[in-house]
Amino acid sequence: MFNPAAVSALNGAAFSGYARIREIGPLGMITLRAAPNVAALADAIKAATGCAIPQMRGIETAGGNRCAWMSPDEYLLIMPHADVPAALDAIAKALAGQHHLALDVSDARAVFAIEGMAASVLAKLSPTDFTALGPKELRRTRLAQVPAAFWVEGANATVICFRSVAQYVFDLLSHAAKAGTEI
Amino acid sequence: MLTLTCPYCGISAEETELSPGYEAHLKRFGPASSDAEFEAYMFARKNPKGVHFERWRHSYGCGKWFLAARCTATLEVFGTYHAQVSQPPADLIAAIIKKRPDWKGYA
Repeated sequence: MFNPAAVSALNGAAFSGYARIREIGPLGMITLRAAPNVAALADAIKAATGCAIPQMRGIETAGGNRCAWMSPDEYLLIMPHADVPAALDAIAKALAGQHHLALDVSDARAVFAIEGMAASVLAKLSPTDFTALGPKELRRTRLAQVPAAFWVEGANATVICFRSVAQYVFDLLSHAAKAGTEI
Repeated sequence: MLTLTCPYCGISAEETELSPGYEAHLKRFGPASSDAEFEAYMFARKNPKGVHFERWRHSYGCGKWFLAARCTATLEVFGTYHAQVSQPPADLIAAIIKKRPDWKGYA
């Protein structure tokens, strides 16, 4: 249930090195699982976020909302925390009677913004080929020992991880972003 | 370092992003089978030197299980394919035979 007093995992922790690491959130997130051939799936995503249905590994943006492709039958909808109940209603209405699962996972996650030289920070921590990473692509991978996902926008990136490892990921990113350790 | 391309998300994933699932295309013998059949299913693995079919999971990525054909001696990867099949695709078999003419087949 939506909790008006929701707080993010690290209460907005921040670090400044050669890149700036900032915990953002609480951010609304909905996991939507449905086979790609479910009729009205695109309509449900449109109704919930305003985004088009993303292609493989893609992330679509509409205003402040996003929809990301997580796997062949899973999408992640990202929106302001307060918009989650309305989006869940919109999905339930659009996909009524069709096999799907939509769940509010906002409180299960932590989100970080990396500002400046983000690829350099992330390349130290994940086995990602940044030359092959598209501009509108969500990369699910690992950061050191934990699963994470991120997308890169110019020099900045946004990182999503599980809330239980928020401190670990913040420490990793901060350490990787220490001034003088640029690669 | 082993690099496999996940057939579900297209990522060229290196080994640390994947979890091994061991030999592929095993036929399961359940409660109605004989002890010998169950033992063979449970424990007897081909473990060949050469062409090997394996299950892998893109565990840090899209989370899907897929199948891969590779050479256990040289680490050459012949290809990866979806897990919803009971035998390797014909074009992959043909490509392996072309590279390894003395290969005896996967069965």
